[in-house]
Amino acid sequence: MAAPQVEHELHTRRFSRNLGVALTLVCFVFIVFGLTYVKITNGGLNQGFDHVVRPELMPLEGAVTEGN
Amino acid sequence: MTDATQQIGSYEDEAQFGDYVALLKPRVMSLVVFTAAVGVFVAPVSVHPFVAFVAILFIALGGGASGALNMWYDHDIDAVMKRTSRRPVPAGKVTKGEALSIGLWLSGIAVVMLGLAANWVAAGILAFTIFFYAVIYTMWLKRWTPQNIVIGGAAGAFPPMIGWAVATGGVSVESVLMFAIIFMWTPPHFWALALFMNEDYSKAGVPMLTVTHGRRVTRTHILAYATILAPLAVGAAFTSIGGWIYLLAALYLNVRFVFGAYKLWQRDEVQSEADSYAAEKKYFRFSLTYLFASFGALLLQAFWVQGFGMGAW
Repeated sequence: MAAPQVEHELHTRRFSRNLGVALTLVCFVFIVFGLTYVKITNGGLNQGFDHVVRPELMPLEGAVTEGN
Repeated sequence: MTDATQQIGSYEDEAQFGDYVALLKPRVMSLVVFTAAVGVFVAPVSVHPFVAFVAILFIALGGGASGALNMWYDHDIDAVMKRTSRRPVPAGKVTKGEALSIGLWLSGIAVVMLGLAANWVAAGILAFTIFFYAVIYTMWLKRWTPQNIVIGGAAGAFPPMIGWAVATGGVSVESVLMFAIIFMWTPPHFWALALFMNEDYSKAGVPMLTVTHGRRVTRTHILAYATILAPLAVGAAFTSIGGWIYLLAALYLNVRFVFGAYKLWQRDEVQSEADSYAAEKKYFRFSLTYLFASFGALLLQAFWVQGFGMGAW
């Protein structure tokens, strides 16, 4: 049997505060998400290097490495 | 009973969300939003609309945070002055500690988020602005020298410079001129207010120029600053952000601003008291129009150059 739901006086009294904080947090999440999306899609030379060979780090063919 | 309500006294004055928003001085924030937006949009570098929106939002939040720090430190004089006595801290809605905490947290969030959204030059200028307003102006100059609002006015002058830095990543003559316009506009604006709110500042012991040197000297200072402001404002028309739209607006607004200051300078206290400071109140209202119209003209000029279609985006 479910417990009776009684609205506590504290919740009523602080409703505007709680709602304001909740909306602010939702907006903040949206902003961070939006920024991430924009930064990634407009990032220019983004490179992901997860187990992928990075050609620019490979020694040039025929190049003499220092010390030899 | 272990109920939490037993541990707290009266709830009649408990703060609502709006009281915390009031800590951030929303009216000042609107000016910050506007001037920062102008700084972003008149810059020659295009910014993604969402990045621009977020940057302006956090510049405004930084401004709001410094407002909360101001209300924390000035709670004693805010309670004395009629104009500020209903602010959340003197009204007993928000505690001093809450104002300080909100101010510090929001300052940190605003600076970090602006740095991440735009660049660290803009974030650095924002951090300096908050420091300047909260520490240099509020804690130091405001109660110490009648030149308080002259130097403290710099805090309000930084937003377009931050906006410009958001777009360009640096500082240039155009952003310095936008800073200079607000910097030189602030003293006539606040001294016009002080002319008809003199009693408030006297009661609070704030050394406003009207309190320390009298209204005659204040009127002379208003005229001097308005006169110095005019060539700076008109001069901006001949930089990369200027053009004929802004030039015409600047000429009209500055002639009116200087002429208004001259009329105030001609008046004495007998005349002012006879009409309940009507001219001073009118000049104060016009000073607000002046700033919005000047920066509005810069924005219009930029959109005109970009073809209204915001083609740069």
